[in-house]
Amino acid sequence: MKNLFKLIYRYHVVFLFILLETLTLSMVVTYNSYQRATFFDSGNFISGTLFEKFSSFTQIFEFKQVNLKMAEENAVLRTALQEMLLKSNRGNYKASDSIYLPRIAKDSSVKAVYRFTTARVVNNSVNQQHNFLTLNKGRHDGIKPDMGVIANGQVVGLVTNVSENFSTVISLLNSKWKISAKIKRNDYFGSLSWDGKDYRRVQLNEMPYHVPVQNGDTVVTTGYSSSFPEGLIIGTISDFSIGTGSNFYKIEVMLAADFKNLVIVGLVENKQMNEIKQLESLNKYGN
Amino acid sequence: MVINPVKYIIIFVVSVILQVLIFNKFLIASVVAPFMYILFIVLLPFDTPRSLLLFLSLGLGFTVDIFTNTPGVHASACLLIGFVRPGILGLLTSRETLDSVDSPRVKSMGFNWFATYVTFLVVIHHLFLFFIEAFTFQGFLITLLRVVLSSVLSIILIVLSQFLIFRN
Repeated sequence: MKNLFKLIYRYHVVFLFILLETLTLSMVVTYNSYQRATFFDSGNFISGTLFEKFSSFTQIFEFKQVNLKMAEENAVLRTALQEMLLKSNRGNYKASDSIYLPRIAKDSSVKAVYRFTTARVVNNSVNQQHNFLTLNKGRHDGIKPDMGVIANGQVVGLVTNVSENFSTVISLLNSKWKISAKIKRNDYFGSLSWDGKDYRRVQLNEMPYHVPVQNGDTVVTTGYSSSFPEGLIIGTISDFSIGTGSNFYKIEVMLAADFKNLVIVGLVENKQMNEIKQLESLNKYGN
Repeated sequence: MVINPVKYIIIFVVSVILQVLIFNKFLIASVVAPFMYILFIVLLPFDTPRSLLLFLSLGLGFTVDIFTNTPGVHASACLLIGFVRPGILGLLTSRETLDSVDSPRVKSMGFNWFATYVTFLVVIHHLFLFFIEAFTFQGFLITLLRVVLSSVLSIILIVLSQFLIFRN
């Protein structure tokens, strides 16, 4: 017994190292990006505040460009709104006249499913295998997990954790996150994920051979995940080849959003998310 | 000799802040990503007790993990270099030198010695870190390329810091 203690004392550093290393490595292995402990989260108070202070300083120089981008986006949205109004009210009203807008909004058959809000990016990375963003809005501002994050109508990521004043977003540039996506031209869908190599390209998988694919095809969201509306732009196909020994294409998608230059992002909340989830959970018990 | 803990707390904070606010955003050709924050472990005094060195390395790694949302990744890599550091020092230096000098600096140990010592620590750290992060040997060569190029930049940054900020 005495010898055992002597041995442990003699090699206590080695034992300590093995113990701590096992502990940290098991954290790496069991780590799940969807159910992370809030402590290890860039949305926690200390790191969130530090990122916020620093980014409000560095982003001053970028706001002029952001304003221009937003003005452009507004113009596009205004045009789309006009078209929608014309379509939905053909024959009933003179849709070009804006005073009819409140009457349409009151109409109970037209209910907005998605609610949009904005937030400022206080931290962002593109150089890791598992990239996250931190936003300066949290529970206090009505941000909830599973809200979609977009920039200029292009997919950026998904809210994973929310603290009182901050939220963290799993980026599309995170090899642990997959999203369903389809080719806009023919509606065939596959699953989109990142291989961790190039921050400008993601991979569209599970697209069978018989599907006609072309370079330059636009890839958009399917709306199946219920976090994003259908038809948000993800990117364009830049390269595709037939994988060896598989029945699927290897498709490279050039991202539309510039992940290195995100300042203001939009958040999308699906108001019917809970209803959809409840309904879908019924199927899991069925078989 | 008396070690000033305040100095090392400052080195710790400055290393972490530089890493998370500046160098974590740094990316060349989506391959090179420097991790210079291990500067703190590099600069610790020669006679730091080995178990204390492990706990300090763990603390440093966890702090960076919190900012990068990667629980355990940096902590395990830092632990490893905290563990091998005394061995590397023994390999590069005689016992007498270690007893007569307090801490590893360019000024006291010379440029060549310091660069070799930093290279050992950085390469071990980066090799472990990038493979743990990728958690696969798929794309072995691209990960190796990331290790080599990032290591070069980290080594340059750490050695350069000796001439810029940490004069003493």
